[in-house]
Amino acid sequence: MDWGALQTILGGVNKHSTSIGKIWLTVLFIFRIMILVVAAERVWGDEQDDFICNTLQPGCKNVCYDHFFPISHIRLWALQLIFVSTPALLVAMHVAYRRHEKKRQFRKGDQKCEYKDIEEIRKQRFRIEGSLWWTYTSSIFFRLIFEAVFMYAFYFMYDGFRMPRLMKCNAWPCPNTVDCFVSRPTEKTVFTIFMIAVSSVCIILNVAELCYLLTKFFLRRSKKAGNPKHHPNHENKEETKQNEMNELISDSCQNAVIGFSS
Amino acid sequence: MSWAFLRDLLSGVNKYSTRIGRIWVAVVFIFRLLVYVVAAENIWKYEHDEFECNIKQPGCENVCFDHFFPVSHIRLWALQLIMVSTPSLLVVFHVAYRENREQQHNQKLYKSPGEIDGGLLCTYLISLILKTGFEVVFLILFYKLYNGFKVPRLVKCDMRPCPNTVDCYLSKPTEKMIFLYFLVATSCLCIVLNLSELSYLICKYSMKCYLKRYIKKRQ
Repeated sequence: MDWGALQTILGGVNKHSTSIGKIWLTVLFIFRIMILVVAAERVWGDEQDDFICNTLQPGCKNVCYDHFFPISHIRLWALQLIFVSTPALLVAMHVAYRRHEKKRQFRKGDQKCEYKDIEEIRKQRFRIEGSLWWTYTSSIFFRLIFEAVFMYAFYFMYDGFRMPRLMKCNAWPCPNTVDCFVSRPTEKTVFTIFMIAVSSVCIILNVAELCYLLTKFFLRRSKKAGNPKHHPNHENKEETKQNEMNELISDSCQNAVIGFSS
Repeated sequence: MSWAFLRDLLSGVNKYSTRIGRIWVAVVFIFRLLVYVVAAENIWKYEHDEFECNIKQPGCENVCFDHFFPVSHIRLWALQLIMVSTPSLLVVFHVAYRENREQQHNQKLYKSPGEIDGGLLCTYLISLILKTGFEVVFLILFYKLYNGFKVPRLVKCDMRPCPNTVDCYLSKPTEKMIFLYFLVATSCLCIVLNLSELSYLICKYSMKCYLKRYIKKRQ
């Protein structure tokens, strides 16, 4: 059980996302989860061992470390990634529910059901409309909220995004104000800024996706009011091709991350 | 053998669960198992090495650590995850037994082996009660062993061979406390989900029974 398992779960959502959603998933997998696993975890790996205070007083280092790092950057990022990925599950559950209903209709021999066999239902991609639109839009909204909350928590806890080289500590049992030195501060600052930048990109993508969905919704409503029905088959063929390409990309990413994380 | 086994087990259970059961599986996977593996395990990794007492007396640190942490938080957490996931095996075994029976008799004995009715309903209800029971037991155990869910920065130890009362300092107490509260919150959420699933199933099948009897009476 590791990030690969989360990726498997989210990979299923990819098929039912918009194009911007697919880009967001790719950014999440490659620039956040993969970077966290292959690079960031190593940078923060020795953080308490190499946190050195200029005192021999036992316990001073522990107390100062706890005072300046109530929760480590790396754990905060891991929690952020988990919370930000979870709303996509709402969409996955909704799609699974719709599929289940269609399979039930098919088994009952409902005349309305237009599928030839159950495999077709399994492979079908649902369009983002009706109740699925609401679920999808809520999931983007929650994603945005979680991203913003975690970024604020980061900023609030660490007084900005810079990692200082030296911290002055006078928590008991340190006898006086003691100098404590953080390990690899520059490398940590670089990674912190990188992760914040990628979070911001993800926020922008989510906002863009939200605007796109809202625009599409209002356009569709105005079209329904006047125009005749359009043909879904032609649109589905192009979307199926794009889906296949994106699945190929996400499969190769999945293999890369599983390889790295194991 | 690793957590992947538990993940596969729970994926199998998902097929025969109700909707609330599937939400429970998702919460256990993502907010408990995944958080445990990617975050919590690393916090407690060097807890013994980083446990420091204000004394040079050999053996004092070991004895004090053992006194204050008879079982480490992280091991209790792992045990809790395993015990809480295992009752779902009862359901899987029962479904496998049903499928086996159908194969042996070479005829359709059940509407669908995975349908929650009759004996499978009892098994499912028992598994829910056991899951809830284990959750509550482990929460009480955590509370009793560590006097609440707080992790202190400093503990005072006067066990032999420490010559006097000695100050001992824990590493990362705040971070450990945050994750312990997270564990408690997710446990409580799982208890709520189990209890709602229990009441939903009991109500649904009581209504079914009542309606059947009512229709029979009218006939």
